[in-house]
Amino acid sequence: MNNNKVVQWIDTRLPIFTFMRHALKEYPTPKNLNFLWNTGSLAGITLLIMIITGITLAMHYCPDPEDAFQSVERIMRDVNYGWLIRYIHMNGASFFFVLVYIHIFRGMYYGSYKSPRELLWILGVVIFLMMMATAFMGYVLPWGQMSFWGAKVITNLFSAIPIVGDTIVHWLLGGPTVGAPTLNRFFALHYLLPFGIVAIVCLHMVALHQFGSNNPSGVDPKHPSEQIPFHPYYTVKDLLGLSIYLFVFAFVVFFAPNFFGEPENYNPANSMVTPVHIVPEWYFLPFYAILRSIPSKLGGVMGMFGAVFVLFLLPWLDRSRVRSATFRPLYRPLFWVFVLNSIVLGWIGSQPPEGIYLIIGRGATAYYFFHFFVLLPLLSVIEKPLPVPDSITLYLDQKKRAV
Amino acid sequence: MLYKIIREHDMTKKQADQNVQSKERRDFLQLVTTAVGGVGAACALWPLIDSMNPAADTLAESTVDVDLRGIEPGQGKTVLWQGSPVFIRRRTPDEITYAQNMPMDTLLDPERDEARVKKPEWLVVVGVCTHLGCVPTGQKPTEPKGEYKGWLCPCHGSQFDISGRVCRGPAPTNLQVPPYVFLDDHTLKIGTNEA
Ligand code: HEM
Ligand code: FES
Repeated sequence: MNNNKVVQWIDTRLPIFTFMRHALKEYPTPKNLNFLWNTGSLAGITLLIMIITGITLAMHYCPDPEDAFQSVERIMRDVNYGWLIRYIHMNGASFFFVLVYIHIFRGMYYGSYKSPRELLWILGVVIFLMMMATAFMGYVLPWGQMSFWGAKVITNLFSAIPIVGDTIVHWLLGGPTVGAPTLNRFFALHYLLPFGIVAIVCLHMVALHQFGSNNPSGVDPKHPSEQIPFHPYYTVKDLLGLSIYLFVFAFVVFFAPNFFGEPENYNPANSMVTPVHIVPEWYFLPFYAILRSIPSKLGGVMGMFGAVFVLFLLPWLDRSRVRSATFRPLYRPLFWVFVLNSIVLGWIGSQPPEGIYLIIGRGATAYYFFHFFVLLPLLSVIEKPLPVPDSITLYLDQKKRAV
Repeated sequence: MLYKIIREHDMTKKQADQNVQSKERRDFLQLVTTAVGGVGAACALWPLIDSMNPAADTLAESTVDVDLRGIEPGQGKTVLWQGSPVFIRRRTPDEITYAQNMPMDTLLDPERDEARVKKPEWLVVVGVCTHLGCVPTGQKPTEPKGEYKGWLCPCHGSQFDISGRVCRGPAPTNLQVPPYVFLDDHTLKIGTNEA
């Protein structure tokens, strides 16, 4: 315990120091985590970066169709360091999604969604959904051509709902079409949602600390020697990861700030002309590809939302007892096929929906759902897992002998 | 302690019955309170939800008058009505015949051309794709019109004929016909059916 009198006085009445000591210092962590376990802390730091740069942007931004585009240009040209803050915010969204996608795939590879971490996983999917909503509404704010038409197409997805669809769309937009009321409320929600994400992230942490981190072996720690305190071991490792991450982040911000962007969005919104080739931001492309691959309005919309919502069911679709793909000879290659298939979907989403692209897109869409609804349940029955070591120590011995 | 034992001992059958009754009563009261509170909360929520619906000034019946002079047969004009483009097309006799003789099985949302126009020469439709809301191309002579002489949506490839009817998906329905009225031979009012 700290012997500082003030700290003690506070901690007796409000045990935040005890809490921080448990969560950030003593928290017993498996000793064999690899660098994929850095993505969590990095995503958290990115969330903070987004909130801080967002608040400073909001001090100069005007959520009105007459001024929005100009106010963003003013941020870029006249506001002190406005260009820097905006480029950090703009690219931060992309980096955030890179991290979260790696984070999700890591969970899939090592079976981190399996009992007893189902709720931890579900909270993660909730965060992912809220991030998508936040990023979508943020992208509307600069009120360029892609902002406007992206908003129009995505909100119109809801018109596919039978009977009440149009009423819902008018309610979302606050008018017959995307306009001033839409921009204003998107700004309000874009400001609000990240704080909701912070709240869910806290719950995600509580659920994590209940059973502790999973690890590459997928085997629960059995002995205190298999765990190390979070501080200094993982604080140092997270800091190393952060340094490398910030290096790459800064490189993009300073040398390729529009790498992820779409030049069309530097044209002001025009409600009379749709750009010839509208594409969402890269992180939505796989879902956009699924939307366009299904040749029915309602079907496409259901496919697109289904592709995210199926993640909620993952803990119950994969019934295999073995967590880590290391010990699953069939799941491991199929996991990589799934990753590849997701990348193909992303590429298809960026191509025009015709000819060969349409055919590949349909195949990849079908495979996406085939993986979840057929392969995973089937594997749980037919796959013969390799012998799983009894403890992390035995797993590490095995690994050493293999080398 | 002693007091409690005596009390329990003293409890007559009548008192026990009363106890059961009062438990039922409390359960009932709890249910009613929850229900009333729930309905009240839902009612209080409604103004907040409804505040997000289009406001009165946004909804105010807006109309636009369009001067049709100077539009030659085969040409079109696009005007903004309630924030959305409206396509006006002066159709050539060929186009009219083509639209009227369009086989119904080509159409995804079959509707006769006659039901979609007030004067066959003039087609007036909302220029918003019924799939996800993009503006189809084809109003300008240089723009792609698709295979059915009408419009082609750049977003997901829906095609419309020269009556604004959908011939190729994913759009599920025909381009919408807005309320309009001819004030005289060369003036069109969009937004109302009455002059
Ligand atoms: C989860 C965290 C967040 C994400 C993923 C996110 C994402 C985005 C994206 C993609 C843009 C469009 C950038 C562009 O193309 O210019 C944007 C713009 C904006 N965001 Fe955020 N944002 C987040 C948090 C916040 C917060 C907390 C605020 C305010 C408190 C904020 C305020 C703004 C403002 C004012 C703009 C418009 C200026 C601009 O376009 O650069 N953001 N956001
Ligand atoms: S919006 Fe026109 S085809 Fe999708």
